[in-house]
Amino acid sequence: MKSTFLNQARLKQQVWLDMMFRGLTRLSAFGVLALLLAIITSLVIGSMPAIEAFGFNFLVNPEWNPVTDEYGALVPIVGTLVTSGIALLIAIPVSFGIAIFLTELSPAVLRRPLGIAIELLAGIPSIIYGMWGLFVFAPLFADHVEPWINDNIGVLPVLGPFFSGPPMGIGILTAGIILAIMVIPFIASVMRDVFEVVPPMLKESAYGVGATTWEVVMKVVLPYTRIGVVGGIMLGLGRALGETMAVTFVIGNAHELSKSLLMPGNSISSALANEFTEAVGELYTASLIELGLILFFITFVVLSFARLLLHKLGQREGQVT
Amino acid sequence: MLTLYTRRRIINAVGLLVSILAMAFGLFWLCWILLTLLTHGLPALVPAVFTQMTPPPGSTGGLLNAIAGTLMMSLLGTLIGTPIGILAGTYLAEFGQRGWLAPVTRFINDILLSAPSIVIGLFVYEVYVVHVRHFSGWAGALALAIIVIPIVIRTTENMLRLIPNTLREAASALGAPQWKIVSFVTLRAARAGIITGVMLAIARISGETAPLLFTALNNQFWSSDMNSPLANLPVVIFQFAMSPYEDWQHLAWAGALLITMSVLTLNILARILFRQSATTH
Repeated sequence: MKSTFLNQARLKQQVWLDMMFRGLTRLSAFGVLALLLAIITSLVIGSMPAIEAFGFNFLVNPEWNPVTDEYGALVPIVGTLVTSGIALLIAIPVSFGIAIFLTELSPAVLRRPLGIAIELLAGIPSIIYGMWGLFVFAPLFADHVEPWINDNIGVLPVLGPFFSGPPMGIGILTAGIILAIMVIPFIASVMRDVFEVVPPMLKESAYGVGATTWEVVMKVVLPYTRIGVVGGIMLGLGRALGETMAVTFVIGNAHELSKSLLMPGNSISSALANEFTEAVGELYTASLIELGLILFFITFVVLSFARLLLHKLGQREGQVT
Repeated sequence: MLTLYTRRRIINAVGLLVSILAMAFGLFWLCWILLTLLTHGLPALVPAVFTQMTPPPGSTGGLLNAIAGTLMMSLLGTLIGTPIGILAGTYLAEFGQRGWLAPVTRFINDILLSAPSIVIGLFVYEVYVVHVRHFSGWAGALALAIIVIPIVIRTTENMLRLIPNTLREAASALGAPQWKIVSFVTLRAARAGIITGVMLAIARISGETAPLLFTALNNQFWSSDMNSPLANLPVVIFQFAMSPYEDWQHLAWAGALLITMSVLTLNILARILFRQSATTH
């Protein structure tokens, strides 16, 4: 009699512990949501003075002048978008090639080590890319590549003005190239993962009717994984947009809007990295925080889009990639 | 006039050649960056780097305070972030089958996973540094913890999903309460994978610079006070590399080599550990 009583007490205790445990895990999950809300709220509150002072004009004003306390986000926004655009232009075809190589061509022995090597490229801290870009890449670029660009592309009609300027090594184009090297591993590994979900039967039947490897990739693998490929690209774009250190070293940090890609510019994240700790005055700080808010908004939209696409592909597969 | 067959073969050969070149292109940068790090970093990596403090320009010194600061903040960031991440990941994998919380959290977490780290620095500045009115090691650790959480959540959930349901059912049939099933059966079975995730998270935060700029800032002197500005390798590298002084630039290279090697070692160790556990299961 006594033992059943004890057991019931223990049972009750366990039920209570269960509830506690479940509650604790739920609370932690809820914390993630709260974190996002807190980030958005704090950025909005922090940038309120700038929002009140400049309104929507902030987004299109190219002026950034701490002396007269006039701030506009156009230059950093354009810089962020253009550098990320250049990065994607280079990174998409290269990542695509790497993913094809890793899934279709590579000898089985090399597949793992090469995959790891590409992932290690993703593991290198971004400040290393920045340093390497400033000390190694930029001087070489200035001495050997930019004069060539000036002479050969800079003289073309239409395209010319975008590619002529003093060969300084640092500038929008250099930042875009460094960013490309950084996002290649991200895009390549997502592409590889989605290529691997293609059912072997589908590929084998294409090979069976005599398709070449290239045709299998372009006409079977790519159509099947299209959504996932776009998702991977968006993920890379999200990385590129928010990248700070690699860009800060080589973009030149000039609040000027120039047509030429060889000229220094600025991006949202590098403006923040360079100026935030030195910013004096409420309006200056608030404007920088508003820049951060804009950056968070842009990446949020891009990354949500990426996740939705990848999720869609996963659903078709019956599993989330 | 080429036959269709030859044309297809040529297109195939060209396409495949381009993809091989793309692979070489990717590896080329990795080799070049590592090589540069070694050639610039190894000569600068003298014993003084580990025994002396960061110097003023023009004199010799080391990185001891920065190394210590990075270790302290990474450790604390991991200690704060890991439990929260594991708990939330457990919720997503074990309890979140019904309701709106799990899918929404999963979605938000995936976004936080690649959110710009500089914005996280801004956030901690806004909610912590502004109120205590000084930069501090705690703020830095907090920012790093926020970066750790989504990584740990993601791996914990993925690893727990790999655990076969029969294991849970067996424990349940023995009458084990749910908290015991989760903490002593499923989490334990997924241990290796979760540790891998934590290691990858440490690798990620030990090189993060942007979130520390507005939180821990930097400190030229030895300090073990988490409540004051704290030196740390990434920010020191940033400052020293951007400076015109050659001594500082040498130290920056030494620091860069140190960070990269530890990050890459952690990455590789995590993979080996994970593979070993995967083969023994």
